[in-house]
Amino acid sequence: MAGAEKRKGGNPGVATLEKETPPRVKVKLIPIFVMGKRYMVPEGLTIMKAMEYAGYKFIRGCGCRGGVCGACGTVYRKPGDYKIYTGLACQTVIEPDMYLTQMPFYPANRASFNLENLTSAPEEINKLYPELFRCVACNACTKVCPMNIEVMDTVSYLKQGNIAKAVELSFDCIQCGLCASRCFAEMPQYHIFQLARRIYGAKISPRSKHLIEADETIESGKYEEPLRKLMSADEKELRKLYQERETEPLETGDDWQPKKTEYLSIS
Amino acid sequence: MPYPEGLQKYIKKVEETRPERVERRRRGEEFPALSPEGREEMLQYHPDYKEEGRRELKVGTNKGYKIPHEFADLLEAKSRIDPDVVNLSAIDYETDVLVIGGGGAGTAAALLAQEQGAKVILATKLRHGDANTMMAEGGIQAASKGWKDSPYYHYLDVLGGGHFQNSPELVYTLVTQAPGVLRWLEGLGVAFSKDKNGKLESMHGGGTCRKRMHYCSDITGSEIMRTIRDEVRNRSQDIEVIEFSPAVELVLNEHGHCAGAVLYNMETEEYFIVKARAVVLATGGCGRLHVQGFPTTNHYGATADGIVLGYRVGVGVCFLHTVQYHPTCAIFPEQIEGLLLTEKFRGAGADVLNVDGEKFVFEREPRDVESGAFIKECLAKGKGVPTPTGKLGIWVDSPMIDLLSGEGTVRREFMGKWKVFNRQGIDISKEPMLVYPGLHYQNGGLVYNANCETSVPGLFIAGEVSGGVHGANRLMGNSLLDVHLFGRIAGRSASLYAQESYQEGKLTLEHVKAYHKELDDAGITTDRVAPMLLPDYTEPAVRERQLTASYLGTLR
Repeated sequence: MAGAEKRKGGNPGVATLEKETPPRVKVKLIPIFVMGKRYMVPEGLTIMKAMEYAGYKFIRGCGCRGGVCGACGTVYRKPGDYKIYTGLACQTVIEPDMYLTQMPFYPANRASFNLENLTSAPEEINKLYPELFRCVACNACTKVCPMNIEVMDTVSYLKQGNIAKAVELSFDCIQCGLCASRCFAEMPQYHIFQLARRIYGAKISPRSKHLIEADETIESGKYEEPLRKLMSADEKELRKLYQERETEPLETGDDWQPKKTEYLSIS
Repeated sequence: MPYPEGLQKYIKKVEETRPERVERRRRGEEFPALSPEGREEMLQYHPDYKEEGRRELKVGTNKGYKIPHEFADLLEAKSRIDPDVVNLSAIDYETDVLVIGGGGAGTAAALLAQEQGAKVILATKLRHGDANTMMAEGGIQAASKGWKDSPYYHYLDVLGGGHFQNSPELVYTLVTQAPGVLRWLEGLGVAFSKDKNGKLESMHGGGTCRKRMHYCSDITGSEIMRTIRDEVRNRSQDIEVIEFSPAVELVLNEHGHCAGAVLYNMETEEYFIVKARAVVLATGGCGRLHVQGFPTTNHYGATADGIVLGYRVGVGVCFLHTVQYHPTCAIFPEQIEGLLLTEKFRGAGADVLNVDGEKFVFEREPRDVESGAFIKECLAKGKGVPTPTGKLGIWVDSPMIDLLSGEGTVRREFMGKWKVFNRQGIDISKEPMLVYPGLHYQNGGLVYNANCETSVPGLFIAGEVSGGVHGANRLMGNSLLDVHLFGRIAGRSASLYAQESYQEGKLTLEHVKAYHKELDDAGITTDRVAPMLLPDYTEPAVRERQLTASYLGTLR
């Protein structure tokens, strides 16, 4: 946000300690290579902020800027090092002489399905994505994952039919597509994991009974009168009711019950 | 890099006071919550209350209404297009329902409109799913546990948080449809955190009297967003998604009804006309306006586009004078500045502490009160923690969570955040986090009713672009609820309107011309254009070298 702060001429909202800390020392500039082209940028910045500092204005390759949306997958290398490195541009701090490219999109086949017609059987996934079994266990997907997900192990669990375990391992997936870009078996791991999570959420994990009960109690009209009363109450009355409401203590079990049960389904 | 030397002495103070604080928590002793008068006092330190931060609007439906300069700048700006040049008879797309915005609200609207039989176009500025919904961490409220909670208490909490100014009809809809929305999401395969019998996990959020926040680990929004986006992809025969194409104007017809929009392909710089029988505006919030210079937790595209579009066709705004500052945004290390640290940390038992390692406020006040308390502690009382980057912060003592709930809880329940800090060399299950309030949510927005209708027939809205349901301050866990709940209603309403009430008529941009004239008449001469579409983080030195005299072709 450095740019915006400058644009506004300082940052009045954010507390600063002008007297106690010396003015920030002039930042050291280091070279990075964006798609092969050299730019001098301040050390300590993320790849995203460094590219903006260099003058790039993103349309693609920038999303949440908080490491959860998968828009800014980036591949880079370091001089004299054979390894491929990856990271999210918004999360990865630059290193001198790194050379990088963003990979904001990678084509991947996605199988269409009707969730209602699927069962919780692992074969459903295999039918939609037979390429699962082309996996040669090279582990390139795991190495490339910027979220440190055990991608290959997740694939293995799906091949074994263990959807729950695959869901657990892949839960942080941000669907950036870097795994698909490196896959020897040419599979779209992130779409497959998404399918696994949806089957798990809808068909394997037990449905919440109290949620259905709550919904049905509302439908029955039980709260209609008390709610209508609240809606027509004046502010003074509302403030009183608000102050009087009993607060569930933080450190209690789920079976805690308030003293007043008048406006609950159990009354 | 781990916390530098300079901060270590302050971390020591936190560690010194920690054992006793943990003991107090174990005994169930809470720091006293503020009285109504105490809350009022804290609010005086909240940025909303700074007179110099806002000005009166000179044009439009709410002329005279005082709102932050950053909003006023956008509303007192010209269109990106010249309405005389646009050829409205050359229609590029035609559809039943046009949904503008690809976040939670827009996506839910597209799904529901399709279910009602509509052909849908979903146009979005960035990628489908690039939205604040994706970033929402904490959870989603619903009074689902009938033995201790009901919509009655949810209603009271929403009103108390919103300073009793919320629209009763909208709040009624929010609290009574909440369990139904969770059922819908569960059916689509959203993996909520639950026990082996299917009982949903739930916890407190700021301002809740019952543990009503349901969640999916600490990536609730992301799990919901990727699931409903996936479902839209299953229905691609009826829902066409057009990415990187924000709407820059709404199109009306001769009856004054909304009948489409002008889209701008940001990659090719072309404008396209969409003719639609009904339009859902779900463009989200405003964090990237950096109101009063604050950093933001928001998505790159959160530039309040929908407010501009809606206001230009005559829809009023409300509660835009209040903006929500999330009390706990990372302020150090600099790489993650503005990063949202969910309220769940405090709900799970982490104390908030000043430079002496002392508690100074109940950690679950409503967000505006909590933010005011942080700012007061730093600026008025001089008890902020000085950061190596020259700022002040407040500690969130995350290691307490492991002490209270068992080793490994932080890593399990806050896996996403643990990883982000770990990349910076900080283990938040062992070391506390430094925070300061950051721009988080647009409390207000365009005026609408419980059917998501606006004053313009054919125009429906949902989500953060709207105003009224949260009053002057939204509670945690009510925005994920809001976007999906009202998104569904907007989709259904728009589809019904398209089938039953739509009237064919000649398309027009006369309202844009009239708005330009109103600007002229108000004496506003400006080269500002709106909507903003994307924030500009170009360095001034770079800008000085951008000397293109006139633009040719697609070369910017």
